[in-house]
Amino acid sequence: MRFELTDEQRGFGQSLTDLMRSADSVSVARSWAEGDTAPGQDLWKRLADQGVTALVAPEDEGGLGGTLIDLAVAFEVLGHELAVGPWIESAALAPQVDGAMVTAAAPPLAAYAADAHVARLLSGVAGEQHGSVDTTRTLTEVADPDPFDDVALDRAVLACAAELLGAGERVLADSVAYAKQRRQFGREIGSYQAVKHQLADVRIGLDFARPLVFGAALGEVPVSAAKVAAADAAYRAARTGLQVHGAIGYTAEFDLSLWLGRIRALVTAWGTPAYHRARVLDVITGAR
Amino acid sequence: MDLSLSDSERAFQAEVREWLSANVPTTRLASMDSAEGFVAHQEWEATLAEARLSVVSWPREYGGREASLVEWVIFEEEYYRAGAPGRVSQNGIFLLAPIIFDHGTPEQQARFLPSMATGEKIWAQAWSEPEAGSDLASLRSTATRVSTGSTTGESGWLLNGQKTWSSRAAYAHWGFGLFRSDPAAERHQGLTYFVFPLDAPGLTVRPIAQLDGEPGFAELFFDDVFVPDSDVLGDPGDGWRVAMSTAGNERGLSLRSPGRFCAAADRLVDLYDDRGTPGTADAVVDAWIKAQAYRLYTWGTVTRLAEGGDMGAAGSVNKVFWSELDIALHETALDLLGPDAELADSPWMDGYLFSLSGPIYAGTNEIQRNIVAERILGLPREPRGEARGAAR
Repeated sequence: MRFELTDEQRGFGQSLTDLMRSADSVSVARSWAEGDTAPGQDLWKRLADQGVTALVAPEDEGGLGGTLIDLAVAFEVLGHELAVGPWIESAALAPQVDGAMVTAAAPPLAAYAADAHVARLLSGVAGEQHGSVDTTRTLTEVADPDPFDDVALDRAVLACAAELLGAGERVLADSVAYAKQRRQFGREIGSYQAVKHQLADVRIGLDFARPLVFGAALGEVPVSAAKVAAADAAYRAARTGLQVHGAIGYTAEFDLSLWLGRIRALVTAWGTPAYHRARVLDVITGAR
Repeated sequence: MDLSLSDSERAFQAEVREWLSANVPTTRLASMDSAEGFVAHQEWEATLAEARLSVVSWPREYGGREASLVEWVIFEEEYYRAGAPGRVSQNGIFLLAPIIFDHGTPEQQARFLPSMATGEKIWAQAWSEPEAGSDLASLRSTATRVSTGSTTGESGWLLNGQKTWSSRAAYAHWGFGLFRSDPAAERHQGLTYFVFPLDAPGLTVRPIAQLDGEPGFAELFFDDVFVPDSDVLGDPGDGWRVAMSTAGNERGLSLRSPGRFCAAADRLVDLYDDRGTPGTADAVVDAWIKAQAYRLYTWGTVTRLAEGGDMGAAGSVNKVFWSELDIALHETALDLLGPDAELADSPWMDGYLFSLSGPIYAGTNEIQRNIVAERILGLPREPRGEARGAAR
């Protein structure tokens, strides 16, 4: 019985974090949103070189044969550092041993293909393209996509949940830093209980979403439970983070906006909370 | 990460499960806060103790079986899954015993622990005072040094003042709490940790009916109550540190084990199967997910503790979560019961009323959120008002 990451897993996460920070992943994301995908493609390649897209591909197919825990570790970092590009599709849904950038629609979980303007569409016919509330995501309608098996879909849902967890952690960290520095009425706003209790609730929500994400990676709970909890926790982080930042948080220029858009998009991407609650209900009532 | 149990853990689990299925009373005991129910719960504690299952993590010499933390969690899971009675001895075995193990003398350990393990002596806590609730350090009950206060000639202390919200005190045998032994000292200084028999001369116990009508707690009035030196835990004046020393450690887990919530969530799903409506499904699912979250979170805590970490302020994260989960879970059950929800004496209504106390006792959730924000997130402390009750 040991329910903690190994040093190796932590080290892997840290190396991805270091790589993304040194590449200034937030600037990369802004460029991507503005249509300049070159820096994003470059960062993609560097992350793929670290094995992110091949992580859970079987070794006999040229992958790294990693576990779903490893996958969750990687996606938490991708969420925390705001990775751009179809990572869920290329590393979780259909792992690419050669680091290729691929995408797919997988209705009803993923009604659109993400980033099909730069990624290879695995199946179906690309149709109209739409923007997302997450300005780094481009959504493409797809006619006649091939279905994926449940194992692949569950991996994608788990990756999405881990990414939400990472994004929520980042928003909390940035909001706490802001609440320590911003002063009103002569003291830091983070000293007021009305502010600190909200941030405490975000901490609590994330602390209890995390074991569900890693528990789902172990098969202890359905991935749907992890997605529901991670989406709730990250969304609470986003709402609270915006409120704590006040008007500056409501600007596009301030980086918080990128995570607010990402979280809002991922709450409903890869299965809405309602969809996943229904799936959990099926499991807990059907198994009896 | 690996949540599988070892062979010996599995054997322990099987033994506990088998024993519980053979021994858990088939009819619900009366409330432990009624006179009749208190005795029935004490008898149950004695039955548990005979099987060395009342205090599994304790040393053998005091009635335990030196169970590991993992085995303790397993025991709790099995206990609540089996629908076994509430623990009338819990304030003693979970809150006081860790203090006695860490700060008690061998004589105190030998005198207090065995009868606590068998349920023969039930302990009540005496922390809060009418003017000292969340701000416990402002407490004003006093302890005054006397050289020969008793017929035995032993030196000791005279306790005076008032304690309140003393859980189990209506029927319990002994109490424990903090008293101000040095009126000149700063708030957290000059406090001493005492234990005392609730039938001591000068001590008046006035039971208070709780929301469910039963006297689950009481007020304690101290009028020159003599306590010998041998009933001081730790050093005089060091009571705050003694009381807090185990508040955040592994036994902080003990307050609410995950087994309770997983078992209650399973019963909730059964209730949903029986009487569910589409409108109640989401709340049932959320309660189940959160119970699972609590179970998994606890395994994470157990892992960190087993590897030498400590609970730290995470106990406050834990407390806010389980207390709110407990209420949400029971509210959902009442929703499912519909018009029958309000019927008195139903287990769900009893559980609901009990759950309402969760965000209040053991440090209100407001205090816990302050701790999470200040000690974990590192947010600045709120400026304090003037301290009352204690000298500056």
